[in-house]
Amino acid sequence: MNSAGKEVSSDQNRRGNLKIGKLFSGDSRLLWTVLALVIILLVDRLISANFFDVRLVNDRLVGSLINILDNSAPYALLAVGMTLVIATKGIDLSVGAVMAICAAVAVVMIRNYEAGATEFYYQPGFVMLITIIIGAICGLWNGILVAFLDLQPIIATLILMVAGRGVAQMITGGQSPTFTNETLAFIGRGVVFGVPFPIYLALAALILVMLLVRRTALGLLIESVGVNDRASYYAGIQARMIKLFVYMLSGVCAAIAGMIVAGEVKSADPHTAGLFTELDAILAVVIGGTALSGGRFYLGLSVMGVLIIQSLLVGLYVSSLHPTTNLVVKAIVVLAVLLLQSPEFRRFITGPFRRTA
Amino acid sequence: MSTNGQEKTPLLEAQGLTKIFPSTVALSNVDFTLHAGDVHALVGENGAGKSTLIKLITGVYPKDGGTILLEGKEIEPRSPRHAQELGISTVYQEVNLIPTMSVAENIFLGRQPMRYGMIDTRATNRQAKQLLKDFGVDIDVTRNLSSFSVAIQQIIAIVRGVDLSAKVLILDEPTSSLDRQEVDMLFSVIRSLKERGIGIILITHFLDQVYEISDRITVLRNGQKVGEHLVTELPRVQLITEMLGKELTQTLDEKGTEASASRAAGKAYLRVQGYAREGMVEPFDLEIREGEIVGLAGLLGSGRTEVAHLIFGIDQHDQGEAYVRGEQTRITSPRKAIQHGFGLCPEDRKVEGIIGDLSVRENIILALQAKMGWFNYLSRQKQNALADDMIKALSIATPNAEKPVKELSGGNQQKVILARWLISNPDFLILDEPTRGIDVGAHAEIIQIIKRLAKEGKAMLIISSELAEVVDYSDRVVIMRDRKKLRELESDDINENTIMQAIAAD
Amino acid sequence: MRSRFLPLLMTLLVFILMYAFAYSRFDSFGSMRIIGNLLRDNAFWGIAAVGMTFVIISGGIDLSVGSVIAFTGVFCALMIDRNGWDPLATFVVILTIGTIFGATMGFFIHRFKIPAFIVTLSGLFLARGMAYVLSTDSIRIDHPFYEQISDLVYIFPDRGRFTFAAGAFLVVLVIGIFLAHFTRFGRNVYALGGNPDAALLLGVPVGRTTITVYALNSFLTTLAGIILSLAKHSGDSTIAVGLELDVIAAVVIGGTLLTGGVGYVIGTFIAVMTLGTIQTYLTLDGSLTPWWIKIVIGVLLFAFVGLQKLLSSRQGVFGLKRRPAIAGP
Repeated sequence: MNSAGKEVSSDQNRRGNLKIGKLFSGDSRLLWTVLALVIILLVDRLISANFFDVRLVNDRLVGSLINILDNSAPYALLAVGMTLVIATKGIDLSVGAVMAICAAVAVVMIRNYEAGATEFYYQPGFVMLITIIIGAICGLWNGILVAFLDLQPIIATLILMVAGRGVAQMITGGQSPTFTNETLAFIGRGVVFGVPFPIYLALAALILVMLLVRRTALGLLIESVGVNDRASYYAGIQARMIKLFVYMLSGVCAAIAGMIVAGEVKSADPHTAGLFTELDAILAVVIGGTALSGGRFYLGLSVMGVLIIQSLLVGLYVSSLHPTTNLVVKAIVVLAVLLLQSPEFRRFITGPFRRTA
Repeated sequence: MSTNGQEKTPLLEAQGLTKIFPSTVALSNVDFTLHAGDVHALVGENGAGKSTLIKLITGVYPKDGGTILLEGKEIEPRSPRHAQELGISTVYQEVNLIPTMSVAENIFLGRQPMRYGMIDTRATNRQAKQLLKDFGVDIDVTRNLSSFSVAIQQIIAIVRGVDLSAKVLILDEPTSSLDRQEVDMLFSVIRSLKERGIGIILITHFLDQVYEISDRITVLRNGQKVGEHLVTELPRVQLITEMLGKELTQTLDEKGTEASASRAAGKAYLRVQGYAREGMVEPFDLEIREGEIVGLAGLLGSGRTEVAHLIFGIDQHDQGEAYVRGEQTRITSPRKAIQHGFGLCPEDRKVEGIIGDLSVRENIILALQAKMGWFNYLSRQKQNALADDMIKALSIATPNAEKPVKELSGGNQQKVILARWLISNPDFLILDEPTRGIDVGAHAEIIQIIKRLAKEGKAMLIISSELAEVVDYSDRVVIMRDRKKLRELESDDINENTIMQAIAAD
Repeated sequence: MRSRFLPLLMTLLVFILMYAFAYSRFDSFGSMRIIGNLLRDNAFWGIAAVGMTFVIISGGIDLSVGSVIAFTGVFCALMIDRNGWDPLATFVVILTIGTIFGATMGFFIHRFKIPAFIVTLSGLFLARGMAYVLSTDSIRIDHPFYEQISDLVYIFPDRGRFTFAAGAFLVVLVIGIFLAHFTRFGRNVYALGGNPDAALLLGVPVGRTTITVYALNSFLTTLAGIILSLAKHSGDSTIAVGLELDVIAAVVIGGTLLTGGVGYVIGTFIAVMTLGTIQTYLTLDGSLTPWWIKIVIGVLLFAFVGLQKLLSSRQGVFGLKRRPAIAGP
């Protein structure tokens, strides 16, 4: 009898969303997201005539488009990890703090190497590996709190979000240590075939994770757990291990993003490294159409969401608008996207029209 | 009985109530009359229309036909809150109060006594205490609601409703999680409500309690009113006959004794001994052989589903052992059960069965994929082939395998879940109400599939309220009542009469 | 009964332990001066924490706190210093703006069913962005009114200074406790957080309560911004970044359940004073580095969330699960 009731309401839903709803259905989600990106880029082009120009300067491609991609790289990494976390009906607020921790670890270790430490684990390669492992451990901590202690994801990851910056400061001794090692710096500012290295990293992460979740059963199982974790458990899925895994992956992505940021400025600032990045990453995922209520996820579209945000910011940067308006414009765009995604809002808007029709 | 003098206007009168959902007619032209000071029991199996009737009366759903009169005046309740304002209060099985607030606050939320512009906590507590005392319940009203038993919480909800000047009180399965003592306490409250002239609609699946407390019984079945009787004039067997009905499915006459004789010859597949969990099911023994269908009969709430959950490892047993093919096995999670070749089609398809947003194909391969592991992914061609095979084999009505399963009808969802288990080729299937809420055509098909699977040698445990169906396919029938296994019926003893009598036996 | 107050008692115990420890190391913790300073220094975010307590009890969250404080400061500085507005008039205007801002967020959350987390996240961007738009520089406020407020000090014996900010904090605290426990609005907030579906059925005006809660919180946050501007004699668009985290942490450490329905304003107050004590201690003890405060907050947060989990699984604070909990997932 209950089931019958649900059928009614979903039916009403379907009717309520008719026209606008269709535009947001699965098939056209890609179209809409790409369209949003294209429109923002075109507006950027209108504002600045040479927005699309890309030139080669000192063997490095230069131009606004390259800036967008370069700026997007760390966010794209975070968004990839965040997408899977959100798909399981979770959220990871700690990625910014994990970035700060990992940046601190990498820089402090590489400084030891520069100071002449000969232990093998101070070799740049090992430093990177250890940094990634630290990221995974941070994710493991979150995962255990969420999957095994059954804490709400928002609270569980808030703990590391708050404490993480303290940990990062502890690691650097409250300073913002700098380094000169070119290997570590390469992660953030290297150039390969004229293209900044972080872009390769982000792209590689996107492709690898896509392969990982779509060429194995993981993607399906993640979505299943996100839609209905009870039924998934009844079907024999290890829901807890899945959750543990996605938080760990998110930690690893944050570690790489942390190294990119550290490499870019050749230092690790525990106060500002990764600050607010978790919010931007969550935003990108939501813009990309993965619902905070879990289930179907869209890795590519999440990265598209990152590009949308960065195109907006770079566009604002080159425009004659004062750069201080960035956050305001961002807030308004975000709000618009969120409202359009809310079925209640669409019904609110289309309500009067439907009645007269 | 206070049911004399029926000439005066009934307290609540519903005439020709009808509710149509896109896929089914949930309630068809049902009349219902409640007199002041009466307890009127509403009985029927799941899907009979009890909840729909209540939801129409309390304004949860808009009705598609009929009228509702309260004290002779027509009413149109728009929401439960509106119904409450009109004088119709409902107390649900899951108590709709605030567990984190005190008893007194729950009773007076939104209408606290005020003094000098602020809430007079002392007066709130005093009045709440007095109100409860009037019903013979003397408790510390400053404690949190959640620190009391469900029975007390229900009484608190009732007291709130009555204090809001309710004329009609609807109790929806109030006793399903109460022990005997708590039931007595609740019933004494109900009796004092009767004396105050409040009309009570009682929905329950405990027939003993129906006979104990109610004055009248209305029986619903498949959305229709089957009968209305004074409780003194309705023998128990007749009540059960009306509830379960005599509707014979077309597959019934296929029952052949030779088939069940040959099937029953298989080796023992699963044997459980003294399986139990405190507060859920009392210790029971059960043996199921390969190729055998064991029916699990009993009314709703008799412990049927709990047996399935214990065997499948969803709930942990705290005593007893299980043997699979003679080997002792500890099954502590669905995953372990599945590894031993079990499968379960759960009772609540939407919450425990389907993954609504995922496609038919994904739902079908889910259990097999979970069994195979994360990295041993079925290729897309393989998935398509498996899904298409199953769609064909079980005639799942879907335009294609990519449709989200939530958009399918109930019967087809059930087939998808069946398909999910079939492709992983289980040895033992537990089906909990496999045909509930399914249209006639799909119903017959599912019965056919069940029989075919048994012929292929699968052991099966099937829970169903449809007696005709149970009689049709079962080699043995286990009767449950009050969370206890009552008895087992063997092949020749299995017919609707014996089952009904076993359920109704005193 | 006992379990209901257990988190609060734990909060109190932690405060007493922290304070006793601090006192054992520095005699100055025994003086009225430190107490006066504790109240003064933590007044602004303490006021915000009172508001956040209501939001979290109602089952919501508000991330915009730090940004609203920064915006308020910049707005006051700009209007008073550059545009020559009367300070009191400025305060009235900014409090109105803040309240409308909060009410709007509440409306979006209630009416369009967008998660509070996301709505207030946009609020965070918007308020911080508006602060930047107004000014990216730190603006000094030189106004006789500000001087008068600074001079408004009641001197205790033992060189204790009871400042205007401390007074405002205590007044907000008392009003907060009154609102929470002695008004229908307050009880509705608890009901909403305890069980939103039941609250609706029991006649709680869910929409109005939600909107009021966010409006109240933004009002108090704006007030916090004014207090901070009075203390600093300036407005700066980059201050109070991430302050919402400290505020949320204080509310949780104060014994309020992040799942809603349970909590005490007084608990939040004690938690604010606890964190303030730790901060003061770390400042006095030069050898301990400031990052410890964050780690301590994290540890306390974990301890309290763990405690709440333990209590709820034993006694069913959240629901009426009589049936053995379903294993996993």
